[in-house]
Amino acid sequence: MSEGKRYVARSKEIAARRLGGETMIMSGRDSTLYTLNEVATVIWEAADGTTPLDEIVTTKVCAEFDVTPDEAMRDASALVTELGNHGILLVSDTPIAAAMAARATQRGA
Amino acid sequence: MGSLMSEMGVKALELGIPLSVQLDLTYRCNERCVHCYLDHHDHGEMTLAEIKHLLDEMAEAGVLFLTLSGGEIFLRKDFFEILEYARELTFAVRLKTNAILVRKREAERLCELGVENIQISIYSHRPEVHDAITLVPGSLKRSIAAIRFLKSYGLKTTIANVLMLQNMQDYPQVRELARELDVEFTIDPTITPKMDGDRAILNLNIEREALHRVFHDEALVGDVEEFCRPAAAADEDEMDSLPCSAGHTACYVSPYGDVYPCVQFPLPTGNVRRQRFVDIWRDSEQMNEVRSIRMRDLPTCSGCGHMTGCTRCPGLAFMEGDMRGPSIQDCEKSFARTGVPSKNLMAKRPAGAVGLVQIQGVRIAVAGAVSA
Repeated sequence: MSEGKRYVARSKEIAARRLGGETMIMSGRDSTLYTLNEVATVIWEAADGTTPLDEIVTTKVCAEFDVTPDEAMRDASALVTELGNHGILLVSDTPIAAAMAARATQRGA
Repeated sequence: MGSLMSEMGVKALELGIPLSVQLDLTYRCNERCVHCYLDHHDHGEMTLAEIKHLLDEMAEAGVLFLTLSGGEIFLRKDFFEILEYARELTFAVRLKTNAILVRKREAERLCELGVENIQISIYSHRPEVHDAITLVPGSLKRSIAAIRFLKSYGLKTTIANVLMLQNMQDYPQVRELARELDVEFTIDPTITPKMDGDRAILNLNIEREALHRVFHDEALVGDVEEFCRPAAAADEDEMDSLPCSAGHTACYVSPYGDVYPCVQFPLPTGNVRRQRFVDIWRDSEQMNEVRSIRMRDLPTCSGCGHMTGCTRCPGLAFMEGDMRGPSIQDCEKSFARTGVPSKNLMAKRPAGAVGLVQIQGVRIAVAGAVSA
């Protein structure tokens, strides 16, 4: 993959809870409900805004699941793009500070 | 989202997770609604530290949907600290309030913290009716002003319209008010007994004819024929089904830390000041008794023709004296909806009163079942 580093952070605008191995997420924008499988849950929980996505894939996903790094990175990229589009994950090419995630929670007004 | 929500409920049930909890932060209130089931004195509310500890335990136990209610939640001076902490723990928070203390600043803070829904009680579009129920002059005006503030910040808001004798005729206008304000509308035709068992306020319940009108109002129920059709006979799966989610995926915690299966089911199961929340949830003898009950275990209701369509509330049945018994208020609702008396209603009628009306009701049911 030729793309640069991507950083991901959980939006504070959501509600979320582990349910078994999966994670249930409710969007604060429109109360839409999402469910993340076990692999996506690992990425979600590691999305601290400061760990690059490729490092999450290498140290978490590939370490816990039987998957090649390329395959895992491809799936992870698609996942974070989709979650980013729904506003439940913040995606950036620079580290994401906690304050930025907090500002993203402000709605309406 | 409906099916994903159902899947989540099924999974929570399988895993024994309390997906939804209502936590009342206080029983104190700045209104004195004539139908309220609570005692408004403070008998020792949990402190902020105790509530934060409880929220930690509930998050750990898997609670996602957290309803903060009361009493009036905004009477707690630490309310926003509680809410902020709950949101840090990523609960989906719903609020129930009269909102008369909500102004621009409060609405802005609620918006910042991300509340899923705010439910506000409105009894009538007429101040003389609403304020006569809350016993607070000016309360309707203030609650509506609050709704406008909340809407201006994009917060999802619901008007809850509890029906009783005093306001029964006003619900179409309250519904219209909700439309004007661009908020959701929900209606509840049931006044419940006080938590201490006092049933005097049940006299405020709307009469059978009025209940019939509500259930046959197309604007409320949609397809009236379908809504009011008598239930089909129960099959084996339905006989093995659960009476409701209380104690299975939901429970209630009082301001004093007492845990109950539901806010309408005052069966004490433990106290979070003395025990861990999850230990009460999993191991309480009372909670497990509630959990053990299936529809086939209900001596009267399992033999009633309404079983599959009834809204029977185990908590109301408990307050009538038997958690496995019928709830007369739900029997009345089934009768008002379908015109067919429940097994319980039939049994309660004095022998001399058994007559044509009852027979006609049964005939209607048979005809309905045949035509269906």
